[in-house]
Amino acid sequence: MPAGPRRRSRIRFRGLGLPIYTALALIFLLIPIAYTFVFSFNNSGKLNIAWQGFTLDKWTHVCDAQGVCEAFTNSIIVGVVATVLATALGTAIAIALVRYRFRARSLISLLLFLPMATPEVVLGAGLAAQFLSLGVNKGLGTIIIAHTMFCISFVVVTVKARVSSLDPALEEAGRDLYGSAAAVFWRITFPLLVPGIAAAALLSFALSFDDFIITNFNSGAVDTFPKFIYIAAARGIPAEANVIASAVFILAIVIVVVAQVTRAARAKRLARLH
Amino acid sequence: MAFTAFSTPTSTAAEPAVRKRSWIALVLLLPGILYLLLFFIAPLISLIFTSFQQPVIDGDIGQYSAGFQWQNYTDAVGQYLPLIFRAFGYAILATVFALVISYPMAYFIGVKMRRWPLAQSLLLTLVIAPFFISFLLRTLAWKQIFSDEGPVVPVLKALSVLPTDGHITGTPFAVVFGLTYNFIPFMTLPLYAVLERMDVRYIEAGADLYASPWTTFRKVTIPLSMPGIVSGTLLTFIPAAGDYINASNDFLGSSQTSMVGNAIEANFLVLQNYPIAAALSIVLMAVILIIVGIYVRRAGTEDLI
Repeated sequence: MPAGPRRRSRIRFRGLGLPIYTALALIFLLIPIAYTFVFSFNNSGKLNIAWQGFTLDKWTHVCDAQGVCEAFTNSIIVGVVATVLATALGTAIAIALVRYRFRARSLISLLLFLPMATPEVVLGAGLAAQFLSLGVNKGLGTIIIAHTMFCISFVVVTVKARVSSLDPALEEAGRDLYGSAAAVFWRITFPLLVPGIAAAALLSFALSFDDFIITNFNSGAVDTFPKFIYIAAARGIPAEANVIASAVFILAIVIVVVAQVTRAARAKRLARLH
Repeated sequence: MAFTAFSTPTSTAAEPAVRKRSWIALVLLLPGILYLLLFFIAPLISLIFTSFQQPVIDGDIGQYSAGFQWQNYTDAVGQYLPLIFRAFGYAILATVFALVISYPMAYFIGVKMRRWPLAQSLLLTLVIAPFFISFLLRTLAWKQIFSDEGPVVPVLKALSVLPTDGHITGTPFAVVFGLTYNFIPFMTLPLYAVLERMDVRYIEAGADLYASPWTTFRKVTIPLSMPGIVSGTLLTFIPAAGDYINASNDFLGSSQTSMVGNAIEANFLVLQNYPIAAALSIVLMAVILIIVGIYVRRAGTEDLI
């Protein structure tokens, strides 16, 4: 074979290799999601394993499966409360870390890093051991305490990135215009931080909503949505669980995609202005 | 983004003026720090105490009193050594596989897609899409796909890749597969975060200096993306080593694939043998801290958080 065409075909392959690899990796990531979604339409009995025909019943009667809606409600309650607590505590720490210098700084950084470097099973067992020795009854409250704990570090990291990217000149301008410290913070700093805080809150909620391991050690008799699935896994997951998971998934994807499209449109508009 | 947590590049932004009023800093820090001391540090200490407890004589199951039973550690390690090795072996394999799958994908999205920012962020959404659906359900979906009645096993048997009495679920392969799958987004995000900001002129410089693409990749791209590689491998390795979902009987594993996490769960929640569960937790934590410490030092990214 002449060298020319062979060379060209190799070049063409090289250009396509990366996109094909990426596409295959993404398909790999999405297979179980598609599976979960498809099987939310399965006309199954208690066991949702073999395909038994299409139905919308599971979507219209989600709460028919015993316990699934209670577990889902618990997950929402825990997620909202833990997110609010972790976002408040974590945002305050992030602002302090970027804006102030103090001695115990590296110790505090270590304290924030360690929960992220500790396996969930150790976090879960540790809290459970503490609740046990204090004689605390496990329930919704202990789940919320646990989730707030592991979300704080992630909030700090997310908000900190935003605080350090703020232009100090904006706040200086506020002070130059005789704004009080409080006015500068609430009228200038805080609004600029909102995107970072929102991202941190979303991340917290997602981490809390999908957490199983730490929850399992600290929930007592209370079920969250992941715990419901774990317990049901032994005897078979009802299709209603697939319905809830799929609905949450679609909602989350829609929120993210809408946010991205609007941001892209705004960036384009700004680019045209310049 | 949270996923660069393990290696923030040294402060690129201008350091803002230091303010004097440190009582404000104290007010901002105190609640969160107290919370972590109460519900993170105190539990770890309580775990250490629990790991030395001894059974109450003539007491019920699950009743222990304060003690200094070193024996709990030798018992725990003696009984569960294979599970400890398995946990770290599986976690290392899953980390390597996740890196191999994630790096080209992160490179394509982060570098090659720069000209199309919207497409870039939509592709990134596909990478994090698994976060939005319960990871237990995703793992169960793989269990169904790999079950003996599923679409994969009969094909592999027909091709004689799998013996006629072979299974996929319950094998080490399935567990490592599940761990790899579940942690790919944790690997891809920090890689993406670094590659997306990488200055491609360095790569062009490599080509200008007659380096082969492979040499450029090895000598330029990899060192520049090292912070992402370190964060990604840690964010995969640590949770994978402590995971017990993938290896559990009801998911992708069997009693032959149990990891140390399974032993901690069983001892704590089922057998109520709290001292053994606590000792295993401390051992797991200690080994992870040692491995991470050595690794981070070797990789040269010591600037954590």
